[in-house]
Amino acid sequence: MKQTTLTYKLVMAATGLFLCFFLVIHLLGNLQLLLPESEAREQFNWYSHLLSGNILIKIISYVLYLSLIGHAFYALVITKKNIKANGSSYVYDKRSQVSSWNSRNMGILGTIILIFLIIHFKDYWYEYKFGSLPLDAKGNKDLYSIVISSFQQGWYIIIYELSFLALGFHLLHGFFSASRTLGLYHPKYARVVRFFGWVYSILITLGFMLIPIYIYFNLNAL
Amino acid sequence: MKLYLKVWRQENREAKGDMVSYDVDGISVHMSFLEMLDLLNERLIQKGERVIEFDHDCREGICGACGMMINGRAHGPLTGTTTCQLHMRSFKDGETVYIEPFRAAAFPVLRDLKIDRSAFDHIIQSGGYISASTGQAPESNSIPIAHEVTEAAFDAAACIGCGACVATCKNSSAALFTSAKVSHLVLLPQGKLEAANRVIKMVNQMDAEGFGHCSNTEACEVECPQEISVLHIGRMNYQYNKALVLRK
Repeated sequence: MKQTTLTYKLVMAATGLFLCFFLVIHLLGNLQLLLPESEAREQFNWYSHLLSGNILIKIISYVLYLSLIGHAFYALVITKKNIKANGSSYVYDKRSQVSSWNSRNMGILGTIILIFLIIHFKDYWYEYKFGSLPLDAKGNKDLYSIVISSFQQGWYIIIYELSFLALGFHLLHGFFSASRTLGLYHPKYARVVRFFGWVYSILITLGFMLIPIYIYFNLNAL
Repeated sequence: MKLYLKVWRQENREAKGDMVSYDVDGISVHMSFLEMLDLLNERLIQKGERVIEFDHDCREGICGACGMMINGRAHGPLTGTTTCQLHMRSFKDGETVYIEPFRAAAFPVLRDLKIDRSAFDHIIQSGGYISASTGQAPESNSIPIAHEVTEAAFDAAACIGCGACVATCKNSSAALFTSAKVSHLVLLPQGKLEAANRVIKMVNQMDAEGFGHCSNTEACEVECPQEISVLHIGRMNYQYNKALVLRK
């Protein structure tokens, strides 16, 4: 199929929306960390074990990796082509007055998220898959202890919180922008989707931001 | 009033341009921006210098010929106006005003503030028409079209092709221009017949001209003198996606 500026954006929209869907599942799973420590440990480790063993989850995880790589790769290609399309730059540029900061800087926000993901994958995904973790009482890998201990460090929490803020602003533009790329043009439903996008972005961002802070202030005795 | 202008001067397409300073006094607040440039040009002629070249035609805000970046904004600080409809009352006495041509790889600078917007013509030529046999004008009521539909189509058709959307876009995307034409034609029964082919051809041509991707920053809608809605971009995307899915 012939690739055009519109098909490139379709790839961005499709992968982006899949990642949006994944964020919901990921947040719901992580909310188990807010349970009291005695319940949370076995519950969370059992959940992690369930995800790593399920064939359906395995297939979805490959879609997830592909979406992440595709989203980042196409973003690079698009950015490169856009720079070429711009040609020479303005000597005096005040165009920023007519659009929002996050809509113009999705690339920067995305890069912050990508750097975060590298840290995040290394500390949990890699550790769980390839590291040697102790087992809990039920014989599941004790990911819970790793999570709790990593959120005892203030600097680690700051990295997470800043990354979630970047994610929030990325979603604030990305969710709605994807709907436009997919072809939503009805004024009423465009407003509904924009509003839903705001609610979604705020809930996801606050949800993820809450967990490290909760752990830091409530579970530091562990 | 007196203004300190910094104007982009460029000899031709290949030459390297730069900003040149001009102090202009005796400006009336009632002058349009183009009349202010006329005043400066008359003085340049008297001094035997080459005038600052810029595009203009109707000077009443409906042709789309004039267009320049004024203080870093397409068509200047006001929204919903062309450069010719911007008046000197929008500036303060003693202000420094930067004037540059619209910039995009697809809009090469010809000289000073004049750019080549043929890329837009090529997009229209690629599909912005209906294939109808010429002859007698048909009876106007033979094809029923609801009033709201004609109004919606006319809102899209109001695009004057000035290029402000491209100039203000961080990616130099021509999505608003192309979508306005796609939307105008697809809303009407005469235009629906060739909708799928049209949108594909026009998008292909838009890419071939070297315009960038639409990031939905919506800056174009703000700067558009005709206030063309970004929802037309949504409609173009819908039409394009539909054409991709249904294409044989």
